[in-house]
Amino acid sequence: MAYLELEKLHKEFGDFTAIEEIDVSIQAGEFLSLLGPSGCGKTTALRIVAGFERPTSGRVVVEGKDLTNVPPNHRDMGMVFQAYSLFPNMTAEANVEFGLRVRGQSGAERRKRVEDLLELVGLSAAAKRYPHQLSGGMQQRVALARALAIEPRVLLLDEPLSALDAKVRVQLREEIRRLQTQLGITTLYVTHDQEEALSVSDRVAVLSQGQIEQIGAPAEIYNAPGTPFVAEFIGTMNRLEATVAEEGQVQVNGMVLAVTDARGLPRGERVLVLIRPEILDLQRADGAASSALVGEVVAHIFLGAITRVKVDAGEHELSADLPGHRAAELPVGSQVAASFPADGGRVLALSEQPEGPAERAPAGQ
Amino acid sequence: MTRSGWFWVAVGLLYFLLPLAATAEFSFKDGDSYSFAAYREIFDDPQFRDTFFLSLKLAIVTIIVALLLFIPTVYWVHLRLPQFRPLVQFLCALPFVVPPIVLIVGILYVYNYQWVPGKYLGSPYYLVPGYVVLGFPFMFFALDNAFRAIDVHTLTEASQSLGAGWTRTLWKVILPNILTGALAGAFLTFALVMGEFTMASLALFNTFPTYINYIGQTKANPAAALTIISFGITWLALLGILFVGRRPGRTAVQVGGGAR
Amino acid sequence: MPFLAWAAAFLLVPAGALLIGAFRTQDGEFTTEFFKDIFKGSSLDAYVKSVEISLITALLGGALGFLIAYAALSPGAPRLLRPAFLTFSGVAANFGGVPLAFAFISTLGTVGMATRALDAMGLNPYDHGFTLFGFWGLVVTYLYFQIPLMIIIIAPAIDGLKAEWREAASNLGATSTQYWRYVGVPVLLPSILGSMVLLFGGSFAAYATAYALTSGHIGLVPLKIGELINGNVLSDPHQAYALAFGMVIVIAVAMAIYFVLDRRASRWRRSVQ
Ligand SMILES: Nc1ncnc2c1ncn2[C@@H]1O[C@H](COP(=O)(O)OP(=O)(O)OP(=O)(O)O)[C@@H](O)[C@H]1O
Ligand SMILES: [Mg+2]
Repeated sequence: MAYLELEKLHKEFGDFTAIEEIDVSIQAGEFLSLLGPSGCGKTTALRIVAGFERPTSGRVVVEGKDLTNVPPNHRDMGMVFQAYSLFPNMTAEANVEFGLRVRGQSGAERRKRVEDLLELVGLSAAAKRYPHQLSGGMQQRVALARALAIEPRVLLLDEPLSALDAKVRVQLREEIRRLQTQLGITTLYVTHDQEEALSVSDRVAVLSQGQIEQIGAPAEIYNAPGTPFVAEFIGTMNRLEATVAEEGQVQVNGMVLAVTDARGLPRGERVLVLIRPEILDLQRADGAASSALVGEVVAHIFLGAITRVKVDAGEHELSADLPGHRAAELPVGSQVAASFPADGGRVLALSEQPEGPAERAPAGQ
Repeated sequence: MTRSGWFWVAVGLLYFLLPLAATAEFSFKDGDSYSFAAYREIFDDPQFRDTFFLSLKLAIVTIIVALLLFIPTVYWVHLRLPQFRPLVQFLCALPFVVPPIVLIVGILYVYNYQWVPGKYLGSPYYLVPGYVVLGFPFMFFALDNAFRAIDVHTLTEASQSLGAGWTRTLWKVILPNILTGALAGAFLTFALVMGEFTMASLALFNTFPTYINYIGQTKANPAAALTIISFGITWLALLGILFVGRRPGRTAVQVGGGAR
Repeated sequence: MPFLAWAAAFLLVPAGALLIGAFRTQDGEFTTEFFKDIFKGSSLDAYVKSVEISLITALLGGALGFLIAYAALSPGAPRLLRPAFLTFSGVAANFGGVPLAFAFISTLGTVGMATRALDAMGLNPYDHGFTLFGFWGLVVTYLYFQIPLMIIIIAPAIDGLKAEWREAASNLGATSTQYWRYVGVPVLLPSILGSMVLLFGGSFAAYATAYALTSGHIGLVPLKIGELINGNVLSDPHQAYALAFGMVIVIAVAMAIYFVLDRRASRWRRSVQ
């Protein structure tokens, strides 16, 4: 049985539905991320778990106990907020100690635990400082230590890194994961940053407009997006609108492409073929395979180890990630043909597609 | 909102409204029925008109003097002399803590017949300098906020680069931009002067508030009517501030501590 | 700057002159008699009473004003309450003086509306030792401007309380009381203290309301000064200067106490690295 369960959780604000009957179950010790674009209801879900918000219907169950009507201060859940949640009138130490103090733990015991926790987050030296004397990253470490101090049943984090700069963000997320694994604490993590979610989670739940699009391990979400929304939202995707042709083949702009994933689909069905840029290969058009897509290179985007080459292929704009030296062979303006291995594309029936994703994921990962 | 929250909101509203309702009721009371008799009596009283218009004139003069004093001061503090800001700010906050009675006693002590020609001593405009001082906090913080909201430097430089002199810059460029602040300060000063009793009474001038007191000692219902009128003036002044486009929350520093 | 000249002429010089006036006789000779007098007899009583009434109305007004402001301005409150309360408060805080006294006479005077209502319930306050024209009557009346003044001054501080602090506290197991005790009140304390000092000053300085309500008979310092100045032939105006100078001292002491308390209450604002 799952440790933490959200059962048919539903939340309406007036006539606006923020969360629509979501079901999530989290195993003990698991790190699950809620990932989705701004306004999709992540925070709302987390706040319902923490008890700050009451669900319109549905239940929050921990270890088989229904907590839906338990007030937040009796839930034993440690929460880390986006920013500015440290009590400004208390030192780092006193902040960490707070939960223990209101629990009436004895002084000596408390002190020891506070020391341990500050050491755990690497802030022993800053114990006596007030929040305004700490950097953003340090503040979030203290907030983390404070949440962990009460040995919570569940650790809740709401975009704890979004106010920090890129470098600290990466460093701290790894540290959060390390601590989480070390302590084996069940964690629900909210973020709109897909890279963050994929890199630290055991599983990721992708949310869109109050609904869960897909739950799965990061690799699964990345490699086998279950819906066009997930495909769009996670990483960068090339989308080709196509029609199913022969067994294992689709037709794009009159050209036939082999896609293993299209097997078993009825002929003539409209589908979407999704290909990751790192899967797509480009050749000079003269030496191209006959089934490839043809177009003109319109831009090079330098991404470090690789270069993203943008191709205007008529109806489609394609992106292909190539090693630098290969990209250099295909300067802007050259005619290229794109190809991909038959098992490299993913096919989704086009009828599944909603109006279009609420927000596009930023390019690049 | 919690139940105790509503309780305190109700307490606040009751405390605010009950005296008004009671006064209004009292002012309309005419024996066993209600009428405008008390108001009519007030409006027919030549003393009412005299004192009311005297206070009105005092208010207008005070406002003009205060504006003439403060617009250049605040302008310069923002533009050229920021190092004077702490001093100016301190002086302008002082009247918040120096009681008006202390101020008038001091003024009466210093500016007596030895120093001041009799015709000024006997004129109610004797009160204006003190009123301007009492209005320091209102005017200063209102104008200071207004100046902070605009980019004085850029506006001034732009104006001068186009060939305008100092006075022209102040009149044509700065003033229109700080009008809201100036009006807010003016309305608060207006409410202050229209209600100021302490100084007028100790300096033995008959202004509108001393008239209210005088009526209060003799006629109960007209006094209630005057109270309602006086309250209406305060309302008008405060609504005036709202009307010229400031949110009440932002005038926090300036509002309050008026006539006592 | 003309402003500085004006401030000097009509604020600093008059206030400073009181220092001289307080130590002089009518004939211009130096004396400490008047100054010593303010620590004796009816003068001392007047200071005690003035300080008492100012303290009580500052504390009561501060507490009530804070509770009302918190109820009406906190994020959970209906939108409309905020402008309504801030505007009402702006008006009420500026409404004082003589008319305020009459408003309360209509309300809590012997035949006032509230008195009649309470009487109908068998709770006539005048049967229980209350009179509007005494100490507690004055307290109730002063609160009419003290409470809204507190609401206005404390509003920005309440807006500065972050929802996260409350939620974090609750999340860590604190009750609402514990939140207020350990976080809310300590964070607000400097602002609350500052506001209360202003309220104290407001009451301490108030003259008109007390004068109109009690016909000058309640024996507060401002009323005594007024009596001495208003051509009481037997008196020496220098007695009034001494009393006024004493008021300045009280206000200065109040400010000093405030600065000390504020320093202690807001240690966390300053760097102590
Ligand atoms: N108290 C509320 N009243 C009304 N609507 C609300 C309330 N709280 C949230 N919403 C709405 O519910 C939706 C989901 O909000 P939520 O804060 O959960 O989004 P989110 O996924 O956390 O977004 P973000 O990434 O921007 O933080 C939003 O459209 C928001 O406007
Ligand atoms: Mg959010």
